[in-house]
Order: sequence, then structure tokens, then C-alpha cells
Amino acid sequence: MKYAGKRIAMLLLTMVIVSFLAFAAFDLIAGNPAEIMLGTQATPEKIAALEAELGLDRPFPVRYGDWLAGFFTGDLGESYHYHQPVWELIAPKAAVTLWLSALSFFLIAAISLPLGLYSAGRTGGRLEGVFTVLDQLCMAVPPFFTGILLTWVFSLGLQWFTHGSFPGIREDFWGSMRYLFFAAVSLAIPRIAMTVRMMKSTVRTELQKDYVRTAISRGNDRRSVLCRHVLKNAAVPVVTFLAQTMAEIVAGSIVVEQVFAIPGLGRLLVASISNRDYPVVQAIVVILALWVVLAGTAADLVNQSIDPRLRLGGKG
Amino acid sequence: MKRRNGYLTAGLVLTGFLAALILLGFFWTPYDPSAMAAGAKFEAPSLHHLMGTDSFGRDIFSRVLQGAGTTLVIALSTVAIGAVCGTAVGAFTGYFGGVIDEVLMRFNDAMTAFPSILLALVVLSLLGPGEKYHVILALGLVFIPSFARVTRTAFASLRDVNYVKSARLMGASPLRILTVHMLPNTMPVLLPALTIGFNNAVLAEASMSYLGIGAAPPDASLGYMLSEAQGMLTRAPWYAAGTGLMMILLVFGVGLIGEGLQQRNRGVA
Repeated sequence: MKYAGKRIAMLLLTMVIVSFLAFAAFDLIAGNPAEIMLGTQATPEKIAALEAELGLDRPFPVRYGDWLAGFFTGDLGESYHYHQPVWELIAPKAAVTLWLSALSFFLIAAISLPLGLYSAGRTGGRLEGVFTVLDQLCMAVPPFFTGILLTWVFSLGLQWFTHGSFPGIREDFWGSMRYLFFAAVSLAIPRIAMTVRMMKSTVRTELQKDYVRTAISRGNDRRSVLCRHVLKNAAVPVVTFLAQTMAEIVAGSIVVEQVFAIPGLGRLLVASISNRDYPVVQAIVVILALWVVLAGTAADLVNQSIDPRLRLGGKG
Repeated sequence: MKRRNGYLTAGLVLTGFLAALILLGFFWTPYDPSAMAAGAKFEAPSLHHLMGTDSFGRDIFSRVLQGAGTTLVIALSTVAIGAVCGTAVGAFTGYFGGVIDEVLMRFNDAMTAFPSILLALVVLSLLGPGEKYHVILALGLVFIPSFARVTRTAFASLRDVNYVKSARLMGASPLRILTVHMLPNTMPVLLPALTIGFNNAVLAEASMSYLGIGAAPPDASLGYMLSEAQGMLTRAPWYAAGTGLMMILLVFGVGLIGEGLQQRNRGVA
């Protein structure tokens, strides 16, 4: 429990730092929002009036505190481009991205864990080289290329989904999931290759340890040793890796949403960067960062329940 | 031993071939990459147009060569920035240790925890999107921490090795010890990291220009061309195929080199 408390305190600290950096960076470099909003119509009086209206005339720490509080009250200011509250803009899109990430994560875990274990158990052999090459090849294919390929085959060819007409999660849940499935697959492929590779080397290192030899010499069959002892010992790095996978999925979704025309956070982020719509960019960056940090924290908490040594604060 | 070098050889051959093609593309392409009507519109691949033509009748193979050139320049510059700065930071903190090491590594951990493309997007949006040099700078900055982490471990492990101690006793300056004595011995770690960094750079650059905030024409890179190709998917699927093939082979070749290097290290160790 003490460990969990410490970990959560660390999470909060990280988020404060991240949000501060996101806020400060845009505040210092992006220029005056009032000027951006007014564009060519800017006069010194109009700018001053709008600054007062937006609260920009207040000192920096006050504005930062206000903005941070906005994540809890749901008031994150207004988009420069859409002239709509940032929160209203983001909330429905966050749900889409969340589903996409979850779907993709599920695919990765469900496919790569058994596959990694299987390929780790089979040492050597003629297929070894083939597997390595296949692995490298899967890692070399960028998700957005797979996405284009899948669109070509399944949307233009087989017409299993219509590219560009995402039904919306509220309106048609299963239709949306089917649409998201293809995007999730293209996100998952390179990551599955990496996870399999990672699992293979972790499990193999573990298989060479003394306790495995002892367990087998005492008459246990290989399979049960693999499942009962090795898996548990190999779990910690794998869980950590899966947390990083979550971060990679979030990153990949930015691009893949564009490929499949999915109205998610990533797409909004890219559009907002092009529009220089900083309030939206700031908010999305912090939300995505929170998502990544949460995954990392969850992994640490799972790991310390698997391996009690980690609770002592040592490095394993 | 034979088998180990198989990956390395295959990777070197493939990458060497592609690099030669791309280098050639800087000076000569079969057609002018931006000339409209080098052939008919939407011509399928043939001996005249190896990868067909696009909606303007431009020769796709010539465009792919040119785009790959841009991608290569950006990826190499990015890796150069990341590797040089990262190695400098890693060497310094790994060798001297202390409080600065601790602080920098904590900062590093926080940075590497975030997906590189997200960070690069933030930096790029601050610098201003759509500019080749901004992309290089943004990606280069983002790649520093991962190189710093890798090299720090290598330098820290060599800190108390005998030959370093003797060099120190002989009065060699830290700079000399770091560059002349230690740096060559970190190569087994640094070289695979370079290949991984290069591949990440290619993919990150391609993603950004695909999104339309990376290098923009006239510096069209492979990623930008893929986004163009997506719009012509029904009429000219070979555009996407050719562009994708170039990118995949490039990453695949360098990946094989990395795999070969790692396996060689394992053999030595």
C-alpha cells in the first residue's frame, strides 16, 4: 500500500511537471493568443480588451493554476479556431481514441503473448532465421502504410467498411468497432513483432537459469515448468514492455487516425497544430501524456504485486 | 559464425544497393520527377515507367528516388544530432557521475517515457510546421535522450576498467580518455543504437510528412508522397505500393544490419 501511495504521488508530480512544461512552452513561444485570434483586425485597444476578457493580463502562475484547475472543472478555455470550448471539442474524440487504443492493445496482448512463448520454447531449428527475418519485416512496415494497404483491400476491394464514414460510437457501437478494428490491426502489427521478439529473448534468458534445470530434473515436464515458473519470472519485463506499448499505441494512433479518417484526438491534434490552435494542442498533449503515465504506473503496480522485491524500492 | 554474419551481409547488401540508388537519384533520375506528362496519366508499371505514373503523368520511380533522398537526408541529420549530442551527454554523465548524472537521467527517463512522435509534434508545433529544418531539429532533439541513456550505461561500465585507470594515471585528460580510449569501446552498443535510431527517424519523419506537418514540397519525402498516393488509391495503387516498398526496404535493410551487429556482439560476449 505504501508503495502504491508513493507511486501515485510520483504520477501526480510527473503530471504537474508535464502540464507546466506544456503550458509554459506554448505561453512563452506561441505568442499572444489575443493577437492570433484577432488576426488582421488587431488594434492595440482590441487586443487589450480581448486580453482582459480571456484573463491574459493576469500573472503567469495565476493563469497556469487556473488552467490546471480546468482539467477538473472541465473549463479549458476556448479554441482559437473553432470558437468552441476546448473541453466540448475534446471529450467525444477522446472516447474514440480510447476505444481504438484498447482494441489495439487487446490485439497485441492476445496475439503476441502466446506467440512469444511458443517461439521461445522452440530453440534453434530451420525456422529460426525465417522468424527473425519476418520479425524485422513486420517492424519495418510503418502503421500508416499498413493502413493504406488495409483500406485498399478491405474498403475499396472487399468493401467491408466504408473509408471516411466513421459511424460514431454513440450512434452505432458495433459498426464503429468494425471500423476501428482495421485501424487497430495496422497499429498492432509492428508492435506484435516487437513484443514477440522481446518475449522470446526474456523467456530464453530465463530458461537458462538453474531453477529451470532443477525443476526439469525433478521430473516436471517442460511445458508446465514454462507455464508455472518461467512465465512468472519473465512477467516483470513483459508487463513493463506492454506499458510502453500503450505509449506507442497512443503515438501511432495520431497517424493511423489520419489514415482511416477517424475523428479522434490524434486527428484533432494534427489539425490544431496546423491551425496553431494552441489551447487545443496543450490540452490534448496533457491528456495523452496522462494516458501514457497512467499506463506506466499501472505496470509498476502490477509488477510489484508479481515481484514483492520491487516493493523495497530496489531495482529488482 | 556463418549464420550470424548472414543478417549483417544481407542488410549491408540491401542497404548499400538502396543507398547507391538514392545517391544516384540526387544527380540523375529516369525522368524529371516533377515533369508533368512524362508519360500518360495512371500508367501501370512497365519497363518505361518502373513504378507507373500518377495522376499528372509523372514518373513515380523518379519521384520515389527523389523522395527517398529527402527522407534519407532528414533521417541522417536527425540521427547525427541525436547521436552526437546524446553521446556527449551520456559520456559526460556516465564518466563523471554525481548529482548532474542523477538529475539528467531522471529528466531523461521522463523524456523517453513519452512517445517520440508526440514530443516531436509538440516541438514542431512550437517551431512552426512544414519546414524541413524544423523537422530535423525537432526530431534530433527528441532523439537525444535515448542515445544519452544507451551511451551512459556503456561509459559508466567502462569507468573503472584497467586501461581507463592506467590512462588516468598517466595523466591523460578526461576529454582524451573519453574520446580516444572509451568511445571506440562503446561501439558495440552505439552501432546497433544508430541503426535503431535511423529506422525510428525514417518512420517518424515519414509520419510527420504524411500528416502534412513535416517536409512539404518541393522537399516532398516518402511520407508526403504516401499521403498523395492515398488519394489516388483507386486509380493508381502502384503509387502507394512503390513508395511504401522503398520505405519498407530501407528500414528492413538497416534493421537487418542492426540485428547482425547485435548477434555479432552476443557472439563476442
